[in-house]
Amino acid sequence: MNGREMPVTVDVASLLAVENVSLSFGGVKALSDVSFDIRRGEIRAIIGPNGAGKTSMLNCINGFYHPTQGSITFNGERRRRMRPSAAAAGGIARTFQNVALFKGMSTLDNIMTGRSLKMHSGFFWQLLRHGPALKEETAHRRVVEDIIDFLEIQHIRRIPVGKLPYGLQKRVELGRALAMEPQLLLLDEPMAGMNLEEKEDMSRFILDVNQHFGTTIALIEHDMGVVMDLSDRVVVLEYGRKIADGTPQEVKRDERVVAAYLGLAHEGDQA
Amino acid sequence: MFYREAGQFKTSYTADMAIFPLREDRIGLAVIIVCAYALALTGNSFLLQAVMIPFLIFSLAAIGLNLLTGYTGLLSLGTGAFMGVGAYACYKLTTLFPGLNIVLCILASGFFAAAIGVVFGLPSLRIKGFYLAVATLAAQFFLQWCFIRVPWLVNYNVSGAIEAPLRTLFGIPIVGATATPETRYLVVLTMVIGLTWVASNLVHGRVGRAWMAVRDMDIAAELIGIRLLRTKLLAFAVSSYFCGVAGALLVFLWYGGAEYDVFNINQSFFILFMVIIGGLGSLIGSFMGAALIFIMPIVLGMVVPAVLNPFGLGVSAATIEHLRFMIVGALIIFFLIVEPHGLARLWQIGKQKLRVWPFPY
Amino acid sequence: MNMLYSIFVEPFVLMGSAPDLLIQTLWEGLVAGVLYALIALGFVLIFKASGVFNFAQGIMVVFAALTLVGFHEMGVPALLALILTIGVMFVLAVAVERVVLRPLVNQPDAILLMATFGLTYFLIGFGELIFGGSPKQMITRELYLPQGSTDLDLLGGLVRFQHIDIAAAVIASLIIAILAVFFSKTRIGRALRAVADSHKAALSVGISLGQIWVIVWFAAGIVALVAGIMWGARSDVSFALQIVALKALPVLILGGLTSIPGAIVGGLIIGVSEKLGEFYWGSLVGGGIETWLAYIIALLFLLYRPQGLFGDKIIERI
Repeated sequence: MNGREMPVTVDVASLLAVENVSLSFGGVKALSDVSFDIRRGEIRAIIGPNGAGKTSMLNCINGFYHPTQGSITFNGERRRRMRPSAAAAGGIARTFQNVALFKGMSTLDNIMTGRSLKMHSGFFWQLLRHGPALKEETAHRRVVEDIIDFLEIQHIRRIPVGKLPYGLQKRVELGRALAMEPQLLLLDEPMAGMNLEEKEDMSRFILDVNQHFGTTIALIEHDMGVVMDLSDRVVVLEYGRKIADGTPQEVKRDERVVAAYLGLAHEGDQA
Repeated sequence: MFYREAGQFKTSYTADMAIFPLREDRIGLAVIIVCAYALALTGNSFLLQAVMIPFLIFSLAAIGLNLLTGYTGLLSLGTGAFMGVGAYACYKLTTLFPGLNIVLCILASGFFAAAIGVVFGLPSLRIKGFYLAVATLAAQFFLQWCFIRVPWLVNYNVSGAIEAPLRTLFGIPIVGATATPETRYLVVLTMVIGLTWVASNLVHGRVGRAWMAVRDMDIAAELIGIRLLRTKLLAFAVSSYFCGVAGALLVFLWYGGAEYDVFNINQSFFILFMVIIGGLGSLIGSFMGAALIFIMPIVLGMVVPAVLNPFGLGVSAATIEHLRFMIVGALIIFFLIVEPHGLARLWQIGKQKLRVWPFPY
Repeated sequence: MNMLYSIFVEPFVLMGSAPDLLIQTLWEGLVAGVLYALIALGFVLIFKASGVFNFAQGIMVVFAALTLVGFHEMGVPALLALILTIGVMFVLAVAVERVVLRPLVNQPDAILLMATFGLTYFLIGFGELIFGGSPKQMITRELYLPQGSTDLDLLGGLVRFQHIDIAAAVIASLIIAILAVFFSKTRIGRALRAVADSHKAALSVGISLGQIWVIVWFAAGIVALVAGIMWGARSDVSFALQIVALKALPVLILGGLTSIPGAIVGGLIIGVSEKLGEFYWGSLVGGGIETWLAYIIALLFLLYRPQGLFGDKIIERI
């Protein structure tokens, strides 16, 4: 992209490779020299204490922030700067730490917006809401209804999402991301603020998405139990640096992780 | 009792996606439209000329602004100027091509307003809220200045005003001094119904969802692949088109002539107030808001003197106008506090009550 | 070619050949700028303390001036009328806090902005209903404000300085200085800044939001009154002044919404460029460009630096 491509061996199995990414705002370094990869079909967890740069990492992956250094290779295509809409078109979808739904719109409409990139009928037909526009609308409505069935949210179809409880909002947000039929799904704390039952439901959905649709998932999560159960591999960040990378078992045993993360979480529990 | 969805089953997504899925709503709408056309037969010229024609035209302008402010969340104070662009464009078109059908001229004049709207909408990519409002004020003042200072726009009339020439449709005069209120009313009604239908199609489809997504959370919209600049500019274009057509109708089918001051900043504000009181993000609300803001001073003009005159207190037209400003201002604050979704929400609540009537819940 | 000449060369030749005219134009621009700055200042005060974009600030200027003149017309002596007007501005501040701000606390910014549109129209209607809609004369002499003018022989020509303009500049500078001290040195000033940073945090340390809002709206009302007297002395007092008062908005955009120095610098820039533009270039397009030049300048500026001259850079987060 930027002219001087460095020859880097990219593992064919990996869908996404982050290489030496650094990000800074003014003098503050949010990420420094982070590298990891995500393989096709796996569930990859990104963990770390608060302020470790996890969300910044996701923001870099889907083009909302531009890394100051390093590169990101997605689907064999390497780039440094990319517009969020281009990332979306390339097949990256995500959910947000603080639910970012369209609050004034119904559940149905929210998930329908996820189909935006796949709708192409002309403006003229949109004006008339006939012919191709109506046919397209119906076809996508069918897909969206399948997602609604899958997530078991039929009863809230017509309700403006602003009025829904938090747990359901998170589910609708997942639905909107699924409607994009992404290759890579980024989930930013999908279970924050949920009770046990809701967490179990959400875990089930995440596993189903991964197994049935074969969607690759990268997820940030604080609940260590969930992370250990769900993920195939884990990358651990601290102060913007990668301190460990491997299977949940490996990471769990890593001394730096225990010191930095689990120790910290322990203190947090007592507070 | 008579307003129930019970027993109406949808067997296809197309039927479920209809804009009025309830049979009762469709019947109600049909009745309203038939009544609206029947009004022309009553022959009450005052009602048509002084109430219905301007009410419909302002409704159209309010729909235009609502598409921008209510649906896309972009605040505009330049509505009056965009209406002016439509009016002046229509004047130029019909005087340059006198043979061209006037209805086509009016519909085409909207495109000029749309183009200007897009130009002044360009800053909306980087700014929102209050900043955008100031940016659209630039449109308001600059365009109004153009209406005064560019004599070409008024065909070098010394008076600086534009006047609707005589134009016919199927041999019947619809524009100009000899057009009767009835024919003008029918033309306005038909155009407003047609354009409202188009607006409703837009907001219920892909385009409308993109607009609302940008309004509710622009960053998230961008991250699911909605292109912000394109979506916002489309909103400016469509909105200004509606306002432009409304402006052309205002001059050609209501006033019969106009000068620059018709399209001043107060006009912009009153259209905005119609949208706020009617309900941001509601087409039916635009009609309700227009009715309230436009018809209220007429009612005031009748009621206030009737109440005060027996006490020997004379009321001047100016006083009525001042009262109108006060009441409109107070209503805006009242609605923002009590029901920010405007009359449209009250209408919805009413319908809900009717649905379960005679039970409270 | 001719066009280019009259845009890029002729005005500067004129400036060079008649420096007295240039100075006169600059002076008028500066005075107008000071008054814009004064209106913008009221706006900044309210924005800083309550986060409200008070669109009605311009109308408060006219309303205050109209009230003052209106009282005087009813036979109230000038100084008493001044005190009464200050009282009215206080009542207005209390009323706004009770009726508008308190019920709308924690609403989105756009809702509050629209509420001030409503306030604007209410004040126009109310003011005209009570004091009548016809233009009035400001009671300059009765308030012991200087009148007349001094002609100075400068650079080969006479430059005229209206005394009221000089007074306006002095008084405006005084007010700005007082406000600056008030903000940084007094207990209330510190509370104001706390509120500006975070409503919730301020509440939690025991600052009364309602009280603060009344104080800032009252202060903004006083600033509006001063601006109204000064503008009124230069032209008639009527709601047509509203259009002039709206020019405070581009000033704010230039200076940034939260910065007092920004309001001043922005005001001066807009005032001066408006007068220069009108005098040297306006005639090329038929004059009257004063009505929109400020907005176009602000618009172009927005594209370049959306946060204003002195504003903080906005970082978006999700």
